[in-house]
Amino acid sequence: MIEVEGLTKDYGPRRAINNLTFKANPGEILGFLGPNGAGKTTTMRILTGFIPPTMGIARVCGFDVIEQSLEVRKRVGYLPETVPLYPDMTVFDYLKYMADLRHIKNADDRVDDVLEIVHMEERANGYISNLSKGLRQRIGLAQALIHEPDVLILDEPTIGLDPAQIREVRTLIREVGKHRTVLLSTHILSEAQQICDRVLIINKGEIVVEDTPERLQASLTGAQRVAVRVQGDGDGLEKLISEISGIGRVSTLHEGSVEVESAPGKDIRPEIARNVIKAGFDLLELRSIDLSLEDIFIQLTREEPETPSTDDSDEVP
Amino acid sequence: MRNVWVIARREYKRFFISPVAYVVAFFFLILLGYWFYSALVEAITYSLYYQAPVPGVEIVIAPMVTLLVFVMPAITMRSISEEIRMGTMELLLTAPVKDWELIVGKWLGAFFFMLSLLAITLIFPIVLNFLVKPGIDKSILITGYLGLVLMVASLTAIGIFISSLFNSQVVVFFISLAIVLVLWFVIRPLAVDASSANSQILTYMNFINHFMSFFRGTIDLSDIVYYLSVTSLALFLGTVSIEIRRRR
Repeated sequence: MIEVEGLTKDYGPRRAINNLTFKANPGEILGFLGPNGAGKTTTMRILTGFIPPTMGIARVCGFDVIEQSLEVRKRVGYLPETVPLYPDMTVFDYLKYMADLRHIKNADDRVDDVLEIVHMEERANGYISNLSKGLRQRIGLAQALIHEPDVLILDEPTIGLDPAQIREVRTLIREVGKHRTVLLSTHILSEAQQICDRVLIINKGEIVVEDTPERLQASLTGAQRVAVRVQGDGDGLEKLISEISGIGRVSTLHEGSVEVESAPGKDIRPEIARNVIKAGFDLLELRSIDLSLEDIFIQLTREEPETPSTDDSDEVP
Repeated sequence: MRNVWVIARREYKRFFISPVAYVVAFFFLILLGYWFYSALVEAITYSLYYQAPVPGVEIVIAPMVTLLVFVMPAITMRSISEEIRMGTMELLLTAPVKDWELIVGKWLGAFFFMLSLLAITLIFPIVLNFLVKPGIDKSILITGYLGLVLMVASLTAIGIFISSLFNSQVVVFFISLAIVLVLWFVIRPLAVDASSANSQILTYMNFINHFMSFFRGTIDLSDIVYYLSVTSLALFLGTVSIEIRRRR
């Protein structure tokens, strides 16, 4: 269980995080979403006791991260973004070292157990320098789990992995997260959607929004969005659709594929279908798109766009 | 407290994996062996012509002092700086390990490695003992090696401290070396020139003066205190340095 109140961290003149307040409950997987430099790693480093905050309070399992740092560290499993490891050690020796540092009894057995959890039993005697990125990440995760912590803090746990490995790690996180508090950061938004119970979007050191992925999607989907695909290069398709009444933004994704946004409340699909076919296009696909977390993210974290000029005479740049 | 031993044990083992340690140890022993050999040859040559003095343990211990001054920075230069460069510092500082446990653990590992090295050098006095009648002066052997052990303890501590200050091993090496050389050579002439009070302080600070009593076969408590103080001070400063790094 993590409690953060008014957490602020300055690196000299630069304020990395500003007045963050949030909570993560036991058994919950909380996602930290944000662009690079948003303050995710800084927050995690404060929660794991690596660096002290400038202002504010952070508590893990009821212990203050400054006053009772050692108690906090005993209960937290941390996987840093860089996945630091000792290349000249074998997998087993490394995990045993980590286990010994945490005073685990029967460390040998525990190392075997945790290697089983991450499916790395066969590589136990190999050197860490021989492991691929994906396997290193699994060892890092093993290290974070070895002392059966109440809280797991994972900084970008799937970065650099191939799709198969990503899926494995996500399943792993969901499994181990069942009885723990998990805080993970990512900027892969579908990942947050898949694994997390709740999502915190953070930008420039401040929390932009906090909610479950479903509710976020629901609250921000005002307009209906539709994808249209026709045979061939779709020449003139964009223009055709934008002339239909009730249509908002139309953008061409690639040849023959167009994304349409309509005013809220109106199902534009039938009309699009009719118009497209009447114009002679071969309609291949017509489907509505849910506002993905990616869109929400971009919407919420982009700079305020300039109000487009209503003047019809567009200057040629 | 247990963490200190966990870290120390691992550091000790790591020295035996690292090629740097082997290379340094190799050159240390080779050079020592060479000096030992030439001192013996010299003594034998002289003894053919003169009633030359019998070579004592000093011919082993004296060059060791010089060599250790260079060996120590080479052995300790990567202790902390390597952890920082590899990013594993983030693991160590977020584990339930106190800062001082980390420093002392690293120091103990290096110290025990050096003790192993010193143990190997005992082969020279043993050989000398058989070559010389009536055998070497055992008391100088004991006090001399005690002095070496203390000196090694403080030199490794200084090395570990400097290693916690900088990320580059090369910088750590040269600065550690510079500090020891200052403590050894620079202070002496300064001590001569200065007024008597300052002169006494500087003379006390001189690294090598405190070794001389051990070299002569005596054990002086004030010298033991000096080396232990240097060791403790360096380890303390190392701990502080890690704490400061967190806050940067």
